[in-house]
Amino acid sequence: MSSLTSSSPSPASSGHSSVHVSPVGTYLAIFGALLVLTATTVWVAYFDFGVLNDVVAMAIAVAKATLVILFFMHVRYSTKLTKLTVVGGFVWLFIFFLLLFADYFTRGVFGPAGK
Amino acid sequence: MAEISAPSQQPAHPAKLQHHFESYSQQRESATLGMWMFLVTEIMFFGGLFVVYTLFRFNFPAAARLGSEHLDVTLGALNTAVLIGSSLTMALAVRAAQTARRKPLVGWLLATMALGLVFLGVKVVEYAEKISHHLVPGAHFQVPPGEPAVVEAFFAIYFSMTGLHALHMIVGVGVMTWLLFPAWKGVFNEDYHNPVECAGLYWHFVDIVWIFLFPLLYLLGFHLH
Repeated sequence: MSSLTSSSPSPASSGHSSVHVSPVGTYLAIFGALLVLTATTVWVAYFDFGVLNDVVAMAIAVAKATLVILFFMHVRYSTKLTKLTVVGGFVWLFIFFLLLFADYFTRGVFGPAGK
Repeated sequence: MAEISAPSQQPAHPAKLQHHFESYSQQRESATLGMWMFLVTEIMFFGGLFVVYTLFRFNFPAAARLGSEHLDVTLGALNTAVLIGSSLTMALAVRAAQTARRKPLVGWLLATMALGLVFLGVKVVEYAEKISHHLVPGAHFQVPPGEPAVVEAFFAIYFSMTGLHALHMIVGVGVMTWLLFPAWKGVFNEDYHNPVECAGLYWHFVDIVWIFLFPLLYLLGFHLH
């Protein structure tokens, strides 16, 4: 009787599945890398690389964002469908930027239409 | 009599598994996928603001640089570190939920909220300084001596982007406050921790937005010092 009234453990069988649990060390390593990259982005800002200033700053920011997405947001361990959604989101952002900047940055370059 | 009070043999469905899901892993995957769908809309949403920023810099590179020099790089870098720290504590909160450790989960959530509030506190200090220097766009804006009037637009962009980011942080702290109750009761475990996982995804996304805002707003023209 007591075994019936005790809370049912509902083990394995239906529903249960193992989830990927990252070791604490991984999170600490990513945290350290993000801090180093933050210090790097401030440090390189002291130097003038001309037009490359933004390229360098954005390269570091993309590296940091990638670490956050892959490890803190667990995308590295998620399903292909989730990975596709994440990549698809950034692809659409890229298309958005590409078409919009292709317009704005070339205005006046080719002269009025039809001339 | 005893049969009436006794629980039904085997629950057809585990307690935290909603009826339209076959398994906890399917439920988790659906939650994660749905959260990412939302984050994709957020990426496009912030993307529009990054376009505004880029076009302003393209058209007025000198004004953008002058506006940027009014921002405090030390406070910006400090806040970047604080936010990265809060992402670490959030990741550890999700880990505590996955491993069904109740008190560490509550502790890491509180730590994340505390770091979020530190970030917002630093932002208040920065905003107060901008207000006192009449750098808030609108009727009280005063063009700093020797700078073009269009520098006001830089501050419009600065306040739009950082303000919207700060609003997301406030929402995030609210979500974590709401999570504290089930966390304290101990409802999260290896099977069921989607709310903590999704709150984590949201919080990390907000961190990523700042990772881009910091160099774009604060570090432009820093090499001229």
